[in-house]
Amino acid sequence: MTTTKEIGINTEPFVVNFGPAHPSTHGVFRMRVTLDGEVIVDMEPVFGYLHRGIEKLAEERTYTQVIPLTDRLDYLASMSNNLAYCLAVEKLAGITVPERAEYLRVIIAELQRVASHLCAVGFFLNDCGAFMTPVLYMLRERERILDFFDMVCGQRLTYNYMRVGGVSQDVPDEFIPAVKKFVKEMPGWLDEYECLLKENEILLARSKGVGILPKDLAINIGASGPVLRASGVKWDVRKADPYSVYDRFEFDVPVGAAGDCYDRYRMRVEEMRQSLRILRQAIKDLPGGEVRSDVPHLIRPPVGEAYGHVEGPRGELGFYLVSDGSIAPYRFHVRAPTFINLTALADMMRGWKIADAIIIFGSIDICMGEVDR
Amino acid sequence: MTLALSAKDIAKKIEKKYPGCVAESAAESLLVKGQSLLEVAGYLKDTPGLDFDYLTAVSGVDYLDFFEVVYHLTSIEHNHSLVLKTRCYDRDNPALPSVVGLWRTADFQEREIYDLLGIGFTGHPNLKRIALWEGFEGHPLRKDFL
Repeated sequence: MTTTKEIGINTEPFVVNFGPAHPSTHGVFRMRVTLDGEVIVDMEPVFGYLHRGIEKLAEERTYTQVIPLTDRLDYLASMSNNLAYCLAVEKLAGITVPERAEYLRVIIAELQRVASHLCAVGFFLNDCGAFMTPVLYMLRERERILDFFDMVCGQRLTYNYMRVGGVSQDVPDEFIPAVKKFVKEMPGWLDEYECLLKENEILLARSKGVGILPKDLAINIGASGPVLRASGVKWDVRKADPYSVYDRFEFDVPVGAAGDCYDRYRMRVEEMRQSLRILRQAIKDLPGGEVRSDVPHLIRPPVGEAYGHVEGPRGELGFYLVSDGSIAPYRFHVRAPTFINLTALADMMRGWKIADAIIIFGSIDICMGEVDR
Repeated sequence: MTLALSAKDIAKKIEKKYPGCVAESAAESLLVKGQSLLEVAGYLKDTPGLDFDYLTAVSGVDYLDFFEVVYHLTSIEHNHSLVLKTRCYDRDNPALPSVVGLWRTADFQEREIYDLLGIGFTGHPNLKRIALWEGFEGHPLRKDFL
């Protein structure tokens, strides 16, 4: 981009505050943008407006009581948070999970990924200027997934469904046929969106080549999830370090090349298709039996520490737990993917125009509940 | 499956190169002295065969007698991992070297630890509070805060 200096106009750098309450910031987030004319010279993210001290709160609660707190981290993917936390506690306490529960967890986590990516893609297109139309279609499909979650746990946003050693209850009889129907219909919906959007000239012009994150930098800043894979790094925790029963399913890890906003968008669409593939296999193989192993009401893991991680919709979500042998975690630390993905935001934005800032920000898909904790 | 490397083997290698850096090596984690953290971290990142190019998470823990900072390292190339730890015994003015120069992942995470636990990271380019506001008194994640 040409700066004002190059065309012979002398201007002073100009600081603009985007947010904390701005429609493009997806929550209470502030970008202090330094501008030269329209071009972004520097950007400093300011956040913490939603800091609730969840890590401190968790130290005062029993291991089971912490699960509802994890719902409130990434509230667009609460099931993934539940799962990551339960995996960490199971690792810490050496608890095994019944086969049926493992499959249910995979089904639920993949449905959650589809729901979350629908939101991400919809709002990204919203940021691109396709105001509200795509997002309404995406929310229509997401609504069906929320209905499934309503069936299994009676909640639509903060589920509190997973438990240490399994899940809280078995799914109702109508759940599996309903998911089967959804998995059958969803590819058609995705094709419809794709034929409208994939080659859309406005989308291509706005997002192709914009906000590039080079491969080396993506690794160095610890990016994860679609942001890392769009930059050409084939790294998915489900493949690299399989948890639950993910090693039993066949699926591909989509990888981008350019690392631009368009690739990040493409990754999410492709991942939805792969999630549906996993869902098909998991439903087919779903075994019967118990959904929860015999875990005492108050869990007292032995003194030690554990790091449990999953591939959440937004990246690697990890929980680092330290136990002192009591009923509450001594330390509860969240490795929040979007918090770390934000590190590279300034690098992606430098040199682009202020209008691109919104798209670049939208393409990394953050959730403030998780960033601020 | 990500292979968790034996910290004992790596400790032996490091001892050869930088004697006296390793304080303790348990089966799963490697504890290094605070002042030699940067050397060991640089060694782990750049040695062929180890190539820990990806810093997954940085966590701080307050054990009252000391603060412990835990680095979960991963190598994307070889798909192996290691837990690196370091301790800081000064409670009034805890300080450790910053690893931002090696892995920029640490940027926000070190600021978070500084904010909530009060550990200063020397060499950090922009060390200021991240979740709480400037002027907040105390560091909430310390065990003696509440």
